[in-house]
Amino acid sequence: MNETPLLEVEDLRVSFATPNGPVEVVKGLSFTLGREERLGIVGESGSGKSMTGRSILRLIRAPGKQTAKTLRFDGLDLMAQGNRQMRKVRGARISMIMQDPKFSLNPVMTIGEQIAEALRVHERLPRRDLRARVIEMLTSVRINDPGRVARMYPHEVSGGMGQRVMIAMMLIPRPQLLIADEPTSALDVSVQAQVLDLIEELVTGNGMGLILISHDLNLVARYCDRILVMNGGEVVEACAAQRLHEASHPYTRGLLAAQPRMEETRDELPVLDRSGGAGT
Amino acid sequence: MTIPAISLKDVDISYGDTRVVRDVSFDVALGESFALVGESGSGKSTVLKAIAGLAPEWTGEISVLGKSRGHGMDRAFSENCQMVFQDPYASLHPRKTIDTVLNEPLAIHGIGRRSEKVIEMLAAVGLDRRFRFRFPHQLSGGQRQRVAIARALMLEPRVMLLDEPTSALDVSVQAEILNLLKRLRREQGLTYLMVTHNLPVVSFMCDRMAVMNKGRIVEIAPKTALYDGGFADPYSRELYAASGGNPGAEPDMVAPATKDPA
Ligand SMILES: Nc1ncnc2c1ncn2[C@@H]1O[C@H](COP(=O)(O)OP(=O)(O)O)[C@@H](O)[C@H]1O
Ligand SMILES: Nc1ncnc2c1ncn2[C@@H]1O[C@H](COP(=O)(O)OP(=O)(O)O)[C@@H](O)[C@H]1O
Ligand SMILES: [Mg+2]
Ligand SMILES: [Mg+2]
Repeated sequence: MNETPLLEVEDLRVSFATPNGPVEVVKGLSFTLGREERLGIVGESGSGKSMTGRSILRLIRAPGKQTAKTLRFDGLDLMAQGNRQMRKVRGARISMIMQDPKFSLNPVMTIGEQIAEALRVHERLPRRDLRARVIEMLTSVRINDPGRVARMYPHEVSGGMGQRVMIAMMLIPRPQLLIADEPTSALDVSVQAQVLDLIEELVTGNGMGLILISHDLNLVARYCDRILVMNGGEVVEACAAQRLHEASHPYTRGLLAAQPRMEETRDELPVLDRSGGAGT
Repeated sequence: MTIPAISLKDVDISYGDTRVVRDVSFDVALGESFALVGESGSGKSTVLKAIAGLAPEWTGEISVLGKSRGHGMDRAFSENCQMVFQDPYASLHPRKTIDTVLNEPLAIHGIGRRSEKVIEMLAAVGLDRRFRFRFPHQLSGGQRQRVAIARALMLEPRVMLLDEPTSALDVSVQAEILNLLKRLRREQGLTYLMVTHNLPVVSFMCDRMAVMNKGRIVEIAPKTALYDGGFADPYSRELYAASGGNPGAEPDMVAPATKDPA
């Protein structure tokens, strides 16, 4: 048993230079992720979820800047790695799934070529084995007729299938950590559940860690062990997923209460008290 | 029998050669709030567009407040029936101020007392007066959706067609817009036909729902079906399960806590 956590984050900060001076959008985040743990990060748009996800992979682009007291993955100090070393970490050991597959897939490459490429970067395999792995991976993300789909281009598949292709690409190198940033927000409810069930199954089956980023409280409660609630670049509450309904921070309580329920009997939904008063 | 606010009978709708909606029939009572649910591509928006006159290729019968609708735009019709779209970023003209946006429908229909009406409407949808001369890009998503609702209400319609009016918004902003829609309906006796893929939103806003799948209505159910999953059609049940069911009724679904040993 390996006792060190998979990921240790201490005092993570992301800031942007603006004409009025630097603006901090992630303000000193600290958390650890255990091996095989599934962590959810929730919050409303602009709360800093994506910047947090991207900074773990050191993907903050100028004029953004990130700092951290500790950013350690499986014992490796990520802040000390150069660009070249980080490229070896990305995809191979930590993968990230973004919200919209249309922006993440290469439009002029077939799906099969892209998945093979994702694997080839990290592993040398004979052509035939490569093809077999691609088909196997497409099958594991429940794509019927994987041989035919491998020859298709991204624009020829539906959103749900595109997102499953993304998952195949991200998981084929067998990373230790998967970061999924709103992986299903662009999809239908009916397809959402399928895609998340699939991520859950593959993450659990392969002993991976998961960071699931979403604005949907119920969704992270369903698929994660632990939850961080973000607001304005800070974690306002951390709790076990089962205890989300017992959350105590007013912001978390506000978010929970503002959601309509399947059995809704309230005449009015409580709204968050926004200081600033500009209304929404 | 009183006249329904909206009535569709055997409606088929096509885009060119492709028929995307088939055999759709339902009535929405005056003052009722009725939902169309189903996954994307099932034809929900198309039904709304046909009622609003934005999808001209249809057959069957469509009537609003007892008047059957012709094919195409119909000025008298739009005084009674207005539509609000999903995306508050795309549905407002970027170079028109809020004041212009709200004035236009009044000007087109030759209605006077415009300035006062605009100010009243801004207050009704909870927007401060200082927003009146701003442009859409100077507003947040929630503020823009308030403007879109205000625009639809300028002609004092009695029927509102709402196409995913809160799907692009954060939960807390959604709550504000849903409260607003509910209050306006109560105050003005409006009838709503609302498209959404979010079943809890239906539970909060609507009395009944039609479940659509592949261009057809598979079932019309009361909102209480959302409480206990009492749907008759297998597709409706699947949609309900995919939305997480009712965690209030089955605590295990949201928190798979330790189960009692059998
Ligand atoms: N290039 C940028 N310059 C300045 N601010 C930015 C830039 N990119 C993102 N931000 C700000 O960073 C904050 C956090 O963004 P993000 O992490 O994307 O939020 P979330 O994913 O929670 O919606 C937002 O307020 C956003 O406006
Ligand atoms: N303007 C259009 N021209 C051709 N096909 C369209 C057009 N708008 C929608 N469709 C097609 O009609 C079907 C139903 O679409 P829509 O009514 O938008 O579904 P929903 O609102 O349920 O997501 C889909 O297959 C869609 O691709
Ligand atoms: Mg984001
Ligand atoms: Mg639609």
